[in-house]
Amino acid sequence: MNAPTKGTGMKWVGRSIRRLEDPALVRGEGHFTADLPATHWVRFVRSPMAAGVINSITAPDGAMVITAADLRGVKKITPMLYKFNYRPVGQPILAEGVVRFVSEAVAAVVASSEEEAEDIADLVELDISETPPLVDAHDALKQGAPQIHAEAPGNIIVHGAHKTAGFVDAWASADKIIKVDARSHRQNATPMEARAAHAAFDKSTGRVTLTCTTQMPHVARTAIADLLGMPESDLRVIAPDVGGAFGQKMSLCTEYVLLVWLARKLKSTVAWTEDRRENLIASFHSRDQHVTLEGAFDANAKLLALRADVVANIGAYSCYPNTAGMEPLMAMAEMPGPYDVQQYQCLARGVLTNTCTMAAYRGVSRPVITFTLERLMDRAANAFAIDPVDIRRRNLIDTFPYTSVTGLVFDEATYKGTLEMAVKAIDVPAFRARQKEARAKGRHLGIGFATFSERTGYGSPAFAARGMAITPGWETVHVSVDPSGYVEARIGASPHGQGLRTTLAQIIADELGIPPDMIKVVHGDTDTAPYGWGTFASRSLVISGGATLIAARKVRAKLIRIASHMLEAAESDIVLEDNRANVAGTDRSIPIATMAREIYTQAHRFNGEIEPGLSESGTYDPPGTFSNACHVAVVELDAETGFVKIERYLVAEDAGRIINPMIADGQVHGGVAQGIGNALLEEIIYDESGGILTANLADYMPPTAHEMPTIELHHIETLSTQSITKAKGLGEGGAIGAPAAVLNAINDALTPFGVEIDTIPATPQRIRALLRGAPNSVRSRESGNPGATS
Amino acid sequence: MTHKSAITLTINNRDHAIAVEPRRTLVDAIREDCGQTGTHIGCEHGICGACTVIIDNEPVRSCLMFAVQAEGKKIRTVEGLADGETLHVMQQAFMDHHGLQCGFCTPGFLMLAVGVLEREPDISDDDLLDVLSSNLCRCTGYQNIIKAVRAAAQKMRK
Repeated sequence: MNAPTKGTGMKWVGRSIRRLEDPALVRGEGHFTADLPATHWVRFVRSPMAAGVINSITAPDGAMVITAADLRGVKKITPMLYKFNYRPVGQPILAEGVVRFVSEAVAAVVASSEEEAEDIADLVELDISETPPLVDAHDALKQGAPQIHAEAPGNIIVHGAHKTAGFVDAWASADKIIKVDARSHRQNATPMEARAAHAAFDKSTGRVTLTCTTQMPHVARTAIADLLGMPESDLRVIAPDVGGAFGQKMSLCTEYVLLVWLARKLKSTVAWTEDRRENLIASFHSRDQHVTLEGAFDANAKLLALRADVVANIGAYSCYPNTAGMEPLMAMAEMPGPYDVQQYQCLARGVLTNTCTMAAYRGVSRPVITFTLERLMDRAANAFAIDPVDIRRRNLIDTFPYTSVTGLVFDEATYKGTLEMAVKAIDVPAFRARQKEARAKGRHLGIGFATFSERTGYGSPAFAARGMAITPGWETVHVSVDPSGYVEARIGASPHGQGLRTTLAQIIADELGIPPDMIKVVHGDTDTAPYGWGTFASRSLVISGGATLIAARKVRAKLIRIASHMLEAAESDIVLEDNRANVAGTDRSIPIATMAREIYTQAHRFNGEIEPGLSESGTYDPPGTFSNACHVAVVELDAETGFVKIERYLVAEDAGRIINPMIADGQVHGGVAQGIGNALLEEIIYDESGGILTANLADYMPPTAHEMPTIELHHIETLSTQSITKAKGLGEGGAIGAPAAVLNAINDALTPFGVEIDTIPATPQRIRALLRGAPNSVRSRESGNPGATS
Repeated sequence: MTHKSAITLTINNRDHAIAVEPRRTLVDAIREDCGQTGTHIGCEHGICGACTVIIDNEPVRSCLMFAVQAEGKKIRTVEGLADGETLHVMQQAFMDHHGLQCGFCTPGFLMLAVGVLEREPDISDDDLLDVLSSNLCRCTGYQNIIKAVRAAAQKMRK
């Protein structure tokens, strides 16, 4: 440790400083893709049918209308997994010969304004012979069902299976087998900014700049250059300010590929802005899974074995780069959650249907498997007549590292600690008393717990284990102190609301003794940012943060050497703080800006002992870590209407070291809000012909301020040994835990009626339908009331 | 539908002489014809409120109004909220209370909250929550937006 100096020694990590992102955004001075002007505008003509053969596409005279016939030589998007019986299927940029889902792009109209392009698109005639559509995954699995892609017999695109050696014996030894048949309906991540792209051709260089709303600018560049057969260096991809993404903007969009193709063809500037209807029906969907989960418990309610059957309706194509394996395979790998279970059998299938392609959405699969597993735990608690909290106490893991039955290594966490913290804070006995009183008055309160793990910050080995042809994971960061003493960090991650410009600046500030407002974090431009994988999967603060720390430590070491040289003091005596290098215990000191200028402009003075410049690079590829949390929901259910009001919501969270508590809490708030929406409100509904009935925000309903309870947050900070910043990720946890807590609370409220709901969203209609058929229905409970007839 | 009418839109006290088709929405005119891109488009069907601006002291969804209907009216957008370098108390409160993440819905929320509080400075907390549930935000879970607006409301009353 350095001796104290007269400096303030201000530390930045752990403080809720205001975000550096905000001043421009609150002034309306952010730069979003749709703000850019363009010479040409594109409108897509989309299929009105879920399945059919294209006979002809007739464009009005003189209109520029692009179809698949124009795109010869452009490759199909064909993501690949080398494991789990994955069948690669190709997605043409515009439908080729057949259509496979309602809203698949069949043609692209190019005109000089958006309005004109829309007018022409209305005049394009599609002659499509309809063929029988497959909307439901179970229908697609039936013998003799039509084949959506010839390459995937039986419509099974991915097929994973797992069975441990001792499974059969453990199953046979069980005291009780408990089963949950859980259904998650289809949802849409619904970022407030829908998709948008703008491709500009530069005649002097022949390069194209694609500005688009994406989470993965480098991956988009790699993919599009490959599909179009162009040098990757001729394509620059910029993710400017991105108006929310939540996974939906990870996957490669056919529309973006077409825009680059058009910009090169027209040698001009071409733009496309998706409207909300397109976003809801044609972008990417998520969460469409049917999970049957059975648990074998011994007489002490200890889980012995789990058996799962996962059917994921992955839609018409496979998303790039994750592939259609993402939902079912993550379900298979992470189904046991934070519970100790030694035996496991699972069948996980991804099934093709004539619906919009499924892709990532905050939490990917885990919101579904967590609510399934947490329902299983509550149902088992009922069967054993023990408290839901007790069954969790008996089964949560508490020795670390813990290797799961699927081979995941859980690092130190506080599964029991957050549970006990939540139980205490919510005051369960007081709630039970209130619940009893309310029931006597015909009011139905319920409490629901969810304890879960959130796997975060995993590097390339985790993705390689999936057998992905494109294996993301690592991140690189370049940190430079410029000759004026200001800092620039160029990162490969691509934040879009997470506040990374602020939190990474805090990490650098502590290393260099330079305040965050002098540190600029640059991202989202493939011309200036190092190659990276973007922002998703609760990874950026762990991985990009780790790479930032590595690079910043190198810069720090060099600054100390420079200071040692210039101040003629031992390196071990140099302290960097408050923008200066100080010699501990003396009044000798030099501004960092002076040292920076010296190492660039007077490098010869260092006699070749220190290299010129002040720029270092760090790359980080960690094994991954696990955040954890316990969520508690208290709800009131109106048995007459089926309406569920969330009265109280509590989160006890452990995400390791918190770099900026304000930003961390904001991530939890937002995740919980989406989880509550997913649990109660949000559903993409298809009719039997494959048409979508929820194509606007009045029918597809993200929560408003009215539906949101105040979220009470409690924290534990278990410093991660698997992350050099000691931070764990937490971007998805809110969304993972909320459906489970809310469903368990609804079911607790439903106890007097003798019915249970294991479907999300648990809409008033679904709850009413259950209550109407309940053995202890509202009507029969009111049978003493002569007015209660049919 | 290509006939264009010449109109003048007054945005943040500045006149913009533009020519628009009758069908052009106000938000498109503000963004594309007048170059004020701080106002965002979230749904174009009047649900999300990202395009909220203040017209003659009322918060209005500019995707539900035609540009020609706004002629002669005083339009205020997010670009007009700050007084030079000094942020409006509502903008400052959103920063202080982390009332934004991606920032896309923020201009709409700012104009909604400012418009309502200017009209009804003593609005109750419950009524304020009603108002704020007119707009959608997908990032924040609303908690910090509510906190920010309540804090700014107190300052605006002083």
